[in-house]
Amino acid sequence: MTDLLSKFDPLIQERENLLATGVKDPFSLVMEEVLSPTVAICDGKETILLGTYNYMGMTFDDDVRAAGLKALAEFGSGTTGSRVLNGTYSLHRDCEDALKEFYAMDHAMVFSTGYQANLGIISTLAGKGDYVILDIDSHASIYDGCAMGNAEIVAFRHNDVEALEKRLKRLPPEAGKLVVLEGVYSMLGDVAPLKEMVRVCKENGAMVLVDEAHSMGFIGENGRGVCEAQGVIDDVDFIIGTFSKSVGTVGGFCVSNHPKFEILRLVCRPYVFTASLPPSVMATASTSIRKLMHSGNKRAHLWENSKKLHQGLRDLGFSLGTPEAQSAIIAVIMPDLEKGAMMWQALLAEGLYVNLARPPATPANMTLLRCSLCAEHTSEQVDQILGMFEAAGKAVGAI
Amino acid sequence: MANREDIMAKISELIGPFNNKGVDLSAATTFQGDLEWDSLTVMDFVAAVEDEFDIIITMNMQAEIETVGQLADAVAKLMDS
Repeated sequence: MTDLLSKFDPLIQERENLLATGVKDPFSLVMEEVLSPTVAICDGKETILLGTYNYMGMTFDDDVRAAGLKALAEFGSGTTGSRVLNGTYSLHRDCEDALKEFYAMDHAMVFSTGYQANLGIISTLAGKGDYVILDIDSHASIYDGCAMGNAEIVAFRHNDVEALEKRLKRLPPEAGKLVVLEGVYSMLGDVAPLKEMVRVCKENGAMVLVDEAHSMGFIGENGRGVCEAQGVIDDVDFIIGTFSKSVGTVGGFCVSNHPKFEILRLVCRPYVFTASLPPSVMATASTSIRKLMHSGNKRAHLWENSKKLHQGLRDLGFSLGTPEAQSAIIAVIMPDLEKGAMMWQALLAEGLYVNLARPPATPANMTLLRCSLCAEHTSEQVDQILGMFEAAGKAVGAI
Repeated sequence: MANREDIMAKISELIGPFNNKGVDLSAATTFQGDLEWDSLTVMDFVAAVEDEFDIIITMNMQAEIETVGQLADAVAKLMDS
């Protein structure tokens, strides 16, 4: 018998080698208690959270929690059904209404996760004979959406407008084309030049989908994302997003002004063939989304935090993923996985949690310590965080 | 215009800057096994080939191409179509 798991032997070996150096397993951290959006107890120790994507700190918002408790009491713990059968409650419709208000768009469709939103929309929109044109550094959910569909897939160099334009011009003019972009790329925290890219797409007859998972609630005057900030939201055909970051719960969505959008509810398999989200999740999401519409002050504070951390880490001598703070993600580039894991552990010992990101999730085989800031981090916490980076960096010889 | 010998010569020339191991090239040379390219190198090389011949090699096609010879065949076919 061939052991089907033997194909993972190299990875098993790599993990064993890493753990043999004495570092804690960076991929099996457990939070025993969560005290707030920015603090948890890990291994009995109070730890500042700097790797949660909880950008707007909505997870402990009083109104959000109250809405969830009420829905749990009134509608029960789950829907036990598909959105197209018994799984659409008034709360699901209300959540879609909240998204339409938030984006000022005509249509919204809620999926059970952000991953499924990309999987479903991309695989359903682009069929046989169509083309999906994507940035080479796209998120796994975008690649998986491509793999699930039957379209031809064309990749272009990360954030390279000219490379995108050249490829669009080489495709058959009559073929259906979907260009998939992200507002903020989650590994390095860099922003896409959407203004130029969307223009190039329109000039070449392509429809545009932008994944704003890491910008919703934070970037743009109304928190609608990078396409709002760069003034091209009206030219974008589809926006994909998630509830598991700024919104502070779980779920995914697609919003659009396309007049035929509603038909997707019947043909999109990751929407149809799965249970809908629990009522309490819908209630927390709607409440959070409507509060995010009026969170200009929190957005301003999050920008202050991001700029302060970026400047502070640069001053300490760390190498960062972007020349300046472009989003709420700041990626510290480590020379290799072993050093990265040592630094990760030293930070945890100081009382700071960040994400250790490694290939293949990262571009250019980089090992990253990825920090994501929260609007609820105080300025004093950012000072503390910088102190922890300094101590850990010196302890492991990273600076 | 799509002469296979010319295409092979041009492809060999484009492989040059990425051939860090100095592998002798033939139609049977494999990108992954012989040249030991990672995904990033493949992406840069594919972009160079696409720009040289003014074609698109989709990721679906790339999955089928393992050797230099297969790439030359694919380029010839794309230029004729």
